[in-house]
Amino acid sequence: MVEREIVVPGDLLSDDPRLASHGTYVEGGKVYSANYGLVDRRSNIKVIPLSGRYIPARGDLVIGKVDDVTFSNWIIDINSPYEGLLHVSEYPERVDQSNMSKYLHIGELIVAKVKDVDPTMKVELTLREEHLKILRQGRVIDISHTKIPRVIGRNGSMISMLKKELNCSIFVGQNGRIWLRGDEKMVDLAIRTIFKIEREAHTSGLTDNIKEYLTKELETLRSNK
Amino acid sequence: MSKPEKLIIDGKRLDGRGAQDLRPIKFKAGVLKRADGSCYLEFGGNKVIAAVYGPREVHPRHLQDASRAIVRYRYNMAPFSVEERKRPGPDRRSIEISKVSRESLECVILQEMYPRSAIDIFVEILQADAGTRVAGINAASVALADAGIPMKCLVSACAVGKVDDTLVLDLNKDEDNYGQADLPIAMTPSGDITLCQMDGHLTEDEFRTALEMAMEGCRYIHQLQKQALIEKYGQMVSPPAQEAPAAETAEVKEEIFKEDVEEFKEQEQQEQGGEANE
Repeated sequence: MVEREIVVPGDLLSDDPRLASHGTYVEGGKVYSANYGLVDRRSNIKVIPLSGRYIPARGDLVIGKVDDVTFSNWIIDINSPYEGLLHVSEYPERVDQSNMSKYLHIGELIVAKVKDVDPTMKVELTLREEHLKILRQGRVIDISHTKIPRVIGRNGSMISMLKKELNCSIFVGQNGRIWLRGDEKMVDLAIRTIFKIEREAHTSGLTDNIKEYLTKELETLRSNK
Repeated sequence: MSKPEKLIIDGKRLDGRGAQDLRPIKFKAGVLKRADGSCYLEFGGNKVIAAVYGPREVHPRHLQDASRAIVRYRYNMAPFSVEERKRPGPDRRSIEISKVSRESLECVILQEMYPRSAIDIFVEILQADAGTRVAGINAASVALADAGIPMKCLVSACAVGKVDDTLVLDLNKDEDNYGQADLPIAMTPSGDITLCQMDGHLTEDEFRTALEMAMEGCRYIHQLQKQALIEKYGQMVSPPAQEAPAAETAEVKEEIFKEDVEEFKEQEQQEQGGEANE
């Protein structure tokens, strides 16, 4: 694991403005941190924030909740300062516009893809792609979106371990929402584990720690049966 | 309370501090679970809690700005924060403080990154002991960073004043009430001043010295703010790469807490003496 360094906004990171990347800003030819987070100095300098709200970007897969239905759009809460719009034409089937809530009604959850975000932060979503669907079963939890990469793990190592060990279906949305389905006890354990990952996201050797934790918890579960 | 006869006796202030000393300060980041960012601060007798929400949707809608995030700041004193119960709710004073505090922080927030959104800052004064506006700014600044809001830098704030014709750093209640001048300052670590108010009279030379004193105080507070944020995650992460501490800061620390250091040394000696006796 690379040595990690916590910085606060305004900390000087480098004298080379060409290295500036996410979470930094350049002033007077020097790179400063714009965020409170961990510095990543591989290739270029970026600051990985420890907290913050989800800001949609094109291509993100998100879990959203239908907030409102208008005459041509569903308004989707995507756990962000900006609401998502799902236009009728982005629904996988032909939609009878006079009765839109027949297809998706308020409170329903969907896995959607961010089709486009314009500079005024109008967020367009779509359901017309593979994997995108309406979630009719299972459970959804919210965590901080900044911790999502740790839940997924390097090349999906963490999430595939969870799925295998607990025999659950899990879908992780880029916006910090996670959908789980499976045996109730196993889902409970999965949720506990994910919250543990969230709390310890900034530590090193996390996958191994979590593996250990899972093995132990699974044993107690089995012995209680 | 009646006016004390003298506010400075033999070069010491009523609470035993020298002219250049700050009151003890304690920051704690991330104390509120449901806020995006928060900070609790004890600044002498002041007890302040700051909460930050956002960026989030703006309500009412007409306040939205299509090019940047708007910043809202609410300074509020709890009715029980002062000796005589304060009428709850905003008054002329707290509205003014909210405005100047907002302006002192707004200029470091990278507002263009979140168009059409709002960043809400709430500062609650739970116990007041003079210098609540600077305490509020200090706490709000840490809470903003804790909320993950991109900023150019942290803002630190500190007051200077004149009592018994002497310039003193960080006024306490009596000094504030019966002193001759009060000059709250907020600034960035690079020395840009984002808040400067004055009440009372200072000569030009006094003002210059006072400003320098306040800036020293701010630099020290900045270290504490940074420390508080690092501590929030510090226990589990390898220690942050040590920056070479500037000789200047080290000196300031020593000076401001000279008494603390002496007291600590005495205690240490006593303890050692005790051990030897055993």
